[in-house]
Amino acid sequence: MSKQVTLTIDDQEVTVEEGTVIVDAAKSIGINIPVFCYHPKMEPVGMCRMCLVEVGRPVRDRETGEFMRDDEGNIKVEFGKNLETACTVPICEGMVVRGMTEKVKRGREAILEFFLTSHPLDCPICDKGGECSLQELSLHHGLGVSRFPYTKKMHLEKHVPLGDLITLDQERCIQCGRCIRFQKNIVDDPVLEFYHRSRHTEIVSCSNPKFDSYWSGNTTDICPVGALTTNDFRFEARIWEMDQSPSICSHCPVGCNLTIDHRREPKSGRREIQRVMPRQNEWVNEIWICDKGRFAHHFTVDENRLTHPLVRSGDGSLRPATWEKALDRAVEGLRAADGELLTLVGGRLANEDLFHLRYLNDGLGGQVALYSTMAGGDLVAQVGLGKGSNLGDLGEGDAILIAASDLEEEAPLWWLRVKAASERGAALIVANPRKTKTDRYANHQIRYAYGEESETVMDLLGGEGEAARAFAEADNAIVFFGSEGLDYARSRVLAQACANLLIKTGHVGRANNGLVGVWPRANTQGAWDMGFRPHQSLPEVLDGKKALYIAAADPVGDGLVEDISDLFVVVQELFLTETAQQADVVFPAKAVTEKAGTFTSGERRVQRFEPVVPARGDVLEDFAIASKVGELLGLEMPNGSAAAVMEQIAKQNPDYADVTLSGLREVKEQWPIIVPKDYAYIGTAYKNTSGLGMQLSPFSERAKVNPGEASLGRQMPEADLVAVPVTRLYDQGSMIRDLDVLQPRLLDPQVFLSPQDAERKGVQEGEMVDFDLGGRTYRLKLSLQDDIPAGTALVPRSLGVPLEGPAGVDISPAGEDR
Amino acid sequence: MKELQDKYPQEIEDILAKYPPDQKRSAVMPLLFLAQREDGYIRDEALTEIGRILNIERTEVATLVGFYTLYYSEKEGKYRIQVCTDVCCALRGAEEFLEQLCQALGIRPGETTADGLVTVEEVKCLGACDKAPMFQVQTGEGFAYHEEQTLESALELIDSWRTEENDEEGS
Amino acid sequence: MTDYILLRHRDIPDIGQLDVYREHGGFNSFKKAVTSMDRTEVTEIVKASGLRGRGGAGFPTGLKWSFMDDNNWPHYVVANADESEPGTFKDREIMEGNPLQFLEGVMIAAYAVDAHTAYIYLRGEYWHIGDLLDEKLAELRKAGLLGEGLFGTDYALDLHTHLGAGAYICGEETALLESLEGKRGFPRLRPPFPPSYGLYGKPTVVNNVETLANVPLILKNGAQWYQDLGTEDTAGVKVFSLSGRVKKPGNYEMRFGSTLRELIYERGGGILDDAEIKAIMPAGASSSVLKATDDVLDTPVDHASMRALGSDLGSGSIIVLDETVSMDWVIKKTINFFNHESCGKCTPCREGNHWMKYLTESIHAGALDDGKVNLLYEVASNMQGKCLCALGEFSTMAVKTSIDRFPDDFKVEE
Ligand SMILES: Cc1cc2nc3c(=O)[nH]c(=O)nc-3n(C[C@H](O)[C@H](O)[C@H](O)COP(=O)(O)O)c2cc1C
Ligand code: SF4
Ligand code: FES
Repeated sequence: MSKQVTLTIDDQEVTVEEGTVIVDAAKSIGINIPVFCYHPKMEPVGMCRMCLVEVGRPVRDRETGEFMRDDEGNIKVEFGKNLETACTVPICEGMVVRGMTEKVKRGREAILEFFLTSHPLDCPICDKGGECSLQELSLHHGLGVSRFPYTKKMHLEKHVPLGDLITLDQERCIQCGRCIRFQKNIVDDPVLEFYHRSRHTEIVSCSNPKFDSYWSGNTTDICPVGALTTNDFRFEARIWEMDQSPSICSHCPVGCNLTIDHRREPKSGRREIQRVMPRQNEWVNEIWICDKGRFAHHFTVDENRLTHPLVRSGDGSLRPATWEKALDRAVEGLRAADGELLTLVGGRLANEDLFHLRYLNDGLGGQVALYSTMAGGDLVAQVGLGKGSNLGDLGEGDAILIAASDLEEEAPLWWLRVKAASERGAALIVANPRKTKTDRYANHQIRYAYGEESETVMDLLGGEGEAARAFAEADNAIVFFGSEGLDYARSRVLAQACANLLIKTGHVGRANNGLVGVWPRANTQGAWDMGFRPHQSLPEVLDGKKALYIAAADPVGDGLVEDISDLFVVVQELFLTETAQQADVVFPAKAVTEKAGTFTSGERRVQRFEPVVPARGDVLEDFAIASKVGELLGLEMPNGSAAAVMEQIAKQNPDYADVTLSGLREVKEQWPIIVPKDYAYIGTAYKNTSGLGMQLSPFSERAKVNPGEASLGRQMPEADLVAVPVTRLYDQGSMIRDLDVLQPRLLDPQVFLSPQDAERKGVQEGEMVDFDLGGRTYRLKLSLQDDIPAGTALVPRSLGVPLEGPAGVDISPAGEDR
Repeated sequence: MKELQDKYPQEIEDILAKYPPDQKRSAVMPLLFLAQREDGYIRDEALTEIGRILNIERTEVATLVGFYTLYYSEKEGKYRIQVCTDVCCALRGAEEFLEQLCQALGIRPGETTADGLVTVEEVKCLGACDKAPMFQVQTGEGFAYHEEQTLESALELIDSWRTEENDEEGS
Repeated sequence: MTDYILLRHRDIPDIGQLDVYREHGGFNSFKKAVTSMDRTEVTEIVKASGLRGRGGAGFPTGLKWSFMDDNNWPHYVVANADESEPGTFKDREIMEGNPLQFLEGVMIAAYAVDAHTAYIYLRGEYWHIGDLLDEKLAELRKAGLLGEGLFGTDYALDLHTHLGAGAYICGEETALLESLEGKRGFPRLRPPFPPSYGLYGKPTVVNNVETLANVPLILKNGAQWYQDLGTEDTAGVKVFSLSGRVKKPGNYEMRFGSTLRELIYERGGGILDDAEIKAIMPAGASSSVLKATDDVLDTPVDHASMRALGSDLGSGSIIVLDETVSMDWVIKKTINFFNHESCGKCTPCREGNHWMKYLTESIHAGALDDGKVNLLYEVASNMQGKCLCALGEFSTMAVKTSIDRFPDDFKVEE
């Protein structure tokens, strides 16, 4: 622990760590020194000059180095002539800070008056009104009048599209530079900058596309004024009209904590979501979220949501039906299958849903499968992160291995936190066949050929080479394994190789050590924990089955199975997917914002979400649907609320034994401190009052885990062009593909090639090409990227090409329209 | 787009050689001057190319064009006559000189003559306070000082450019 | 005159050529330093000479060099040739006329702080000087005065020019470093100062051109020689840039301790049209304006005496104002300059100058009656002590002292 230093601020003594700046020291005893440019998550820059205070330093005797004292024995303190910026001045022993003197008061008035010479004062129509630093600070520290003539204010553009998602009001900008610094220093997308200078200084983005970043929404939170607004919330609601509910992001395995703002719409009388904001959880997402998490919630009100059950009628079409009728049909069909049943579930389901579906399936004697091509959830349960882990703790002396993952695309917040850990000194090893953004911070880059992922990880065990040594000798070490270029079989071996590396180097069974799966869905880990496993081949397990019960999966749409018409199919879904279109019974399910439940993140943190808005239409929770079906079948089903179900999970699953509702809801003090009105200090993020979640204890904390066999015995396909699946954040997944806000950012169905291969194949950047896979041809857009290995084509998942793993393909210029 | 690299390979190499290999970004200002050489302003594509040469974001290149007054993002006169009217020169007749010059050219400060030859601008101190009235001429190629000027000498200079232009067109 | 120390080209017209410069002892000091002196010895001599920075702040040069952090490498030297203060044109003449002496100064400084690379940051408008220096540097490399293994030692050194592109703020040393790193010329917070955190985060000495041009002769003639040239407060000689309403504006090299009267009337030939002198701005547009009283005119000039008079010496750019000039016009001009040059990083400077521009313009246009002068004074006062760098402070100087010292210029004419 570093040295503690004691100082006095406004007559209160405070002891804080050496190196702390005055603003933070003050904050820790509840004194809010006004700031604009300062942000506790960023290096201070001292630009706005709002935080001026009087600073006195104790006088030391030149010779002895002792403090000088006056006649009464008090330490002599000398105050400088000028006020100093509390955000940049580090504290020292015996310092005396005065923030309430006349001089300070006048200084603050002066600075605020300067700000207001240019500010448009359009608060009545400003989205930030009610949570604006400038408003708040003007109220408390301002002069009350403005001596700058209103008519002489500089006029600037008010609706500048800074990018596809963010709009800038140049008049409101106070040039604090927070947005620029966030983009540059926190997420390393330096796509915002100042343009011009002096009073003409303005914010611009000149990237292509503009404001090209997965993080843009965060700038609207930390912007202290209403200069930056998200396009979907702009002019939608006033701050004070909204209510808040806690939620968990359902788009990736990080599990970012959210607060969702909603209000009753005056016109429709319905309660509707207005915006999604980060909710502070310093163990998970700190105070940030990615744009997918912020904007994708609109899928919940998509007009194509299923609103009532559907049943296949005599003429073969799907017709709306009552719940009663639909349930009867389902029961009838499932009974007839007589145990020849496959229950297929997707990773967006909550633990409670999965638990019920397991019950239902087991009661019917069926088989379960997880709809995923990624393996290793069982290993994560064994050697996952130790209880009490926090990526924020990793730094000097620690190591992180990223294997087969383009982390920012797959789990943006983990990427951000890994980057920060590397900046704090953790050794970062990045093993991937091609360059990713994570490489920028890598201390060790390992480039392997697609197909050699597990050998590469196992080579790290030898102790040879710097990367191996860095990992072996690290105090703490974490491995993230992803699914870049992998199918299920390869994924399983890679996961085992990673687990072995951790076990053999002693990095299991304690906090800040262990294995993390970069899963494709928010609750894939929960599904493994609830006993679901993927299968190598879906058609194979379907062989001989009579019924198929699917929740939250679309194998037909994804092209993995073609014809399921000879099966009795029940589907629980949000949308009428291609699979649902072939079903006999379709049950409409509630979205995550409409129900309560828990997700288990990749870090094995169980986190609870609450209902935010009432569901539209006649829909039910996935678990409630399963429960109804089970009961009608005469099965004994778990019952009660989501909370009651969690109790039963805890009873049956030893890993979840400690999980309780009150535990999930527990909160601790966090830094930076967020209390109401702290938007004047930090911008808008929500204080976490509804729970930080509970991290599970991996098996390795209770017992020894041995390494397992990790060999593949399978070659990469022999072909002159091999396509491999990769993951991209803005794919065409069912929860985002129809969103108006994100539309311009979504990927078209496309394939990526190196320029050399493109030349070889006679195809060009941006044009449509024919992509032949397994006897079928797909028409895709071609994009070129320099760092793709020769002979490889990258195909993003969820863009309509059913590529489950590496496969030989061919690409040719688009032929005649098929 | 490798326009600059195709056109000025040696210059780019020389510029980069001035700075430590891990501090290539330092080369951005000289590269912007290079990009401005041909047309007297910096094209959008040049921003992209410079960003790529130096491995920095395009926005990080563009911001400098906005900050520094000697870079331009739009085409104006081939010759920029930049008259210093700062306090010292103004004490020695610079403002009157500017007015006369503009009158003679039929434009206002900041404007360009109809033939696109000359843009007249008012600028801050150029470090020639003892030789007012004075101006510098900026072209893509660089700068030249013209000191102790009179309206006649300035017009003569402009005439010589006109003749040069006409000769070039004629040939 | 044959005793120029800086403007030696006025005596020896070809001193800018390498052979001529060497004939006159050029590069002997550099050679002596590299071959026979410990680097701290060089710093000690410069310290003892009393040489103070000529860029404006007058900081003791040797002391600055001694602050270089020896636990952080490499070290850099950067010559500040941004010269953009209105009324300043001395560095330009030194570099145009006597470039090699300046370069030798840079080289000695580099040796003294064990730097192997030095940059010369020129304002972009000094393009022709950039070309000239590049030519000289090429000659020096050819002559074995720059490069590896200098004079058979293992000391290696190279110098490079770097052009700015129109920004006064880049004369401020930390903004200059940012600019040299390829960024906007935003001044950094200080501390840390460049000798501990400078170019690329490495220890860096930033010195003005004129400062450095003194160094070769200090090494040649000794610290005492230089001390003896000036006053107790400020040693040596200074190139004063004289401009404004004088008959013979130009650069004049004089010892510290000379008077403004000598400069303005003897060297500068007196006031244009023999008008009455009114005011003096001794530090360019950044000056506190002095009333040109006999007292002021006869004060021996150095840093301390100018401060005692209620102004500053700055970089020694003497702007002379006569009775034909009204101070409301002067501050309108200076604020126009500062508002144009404010980098925009900190609020009081960005907004304050914008506000003062509006006020000085309307005051100059005759709006004296509605409290605008008082307001202007208050705005300037509100900026003081609150800006991130000195530019904001500079902008208030002429404003406040003009109103204080020339109240009649701000009164409605009866
Ligand atoms: C706004 C501003 C402009 C400055 N401009 C210059 C300049 O053009 N040339 C210069 O040498 N110093 C200038 N300075 C001073 C430098 O910051 C720095 O003090 C100086 O270069 C140090 O060199 P010296 O110690 O040799 O004087 C300026 C300072 C400020 C605050
Ligand atoms: S847009 Fe907002 S965050 Fe960005 S500089 Fe302006 S006020 Fe600050
Ligand atoms: S200067 Fe301290 S908060 Fe901006």
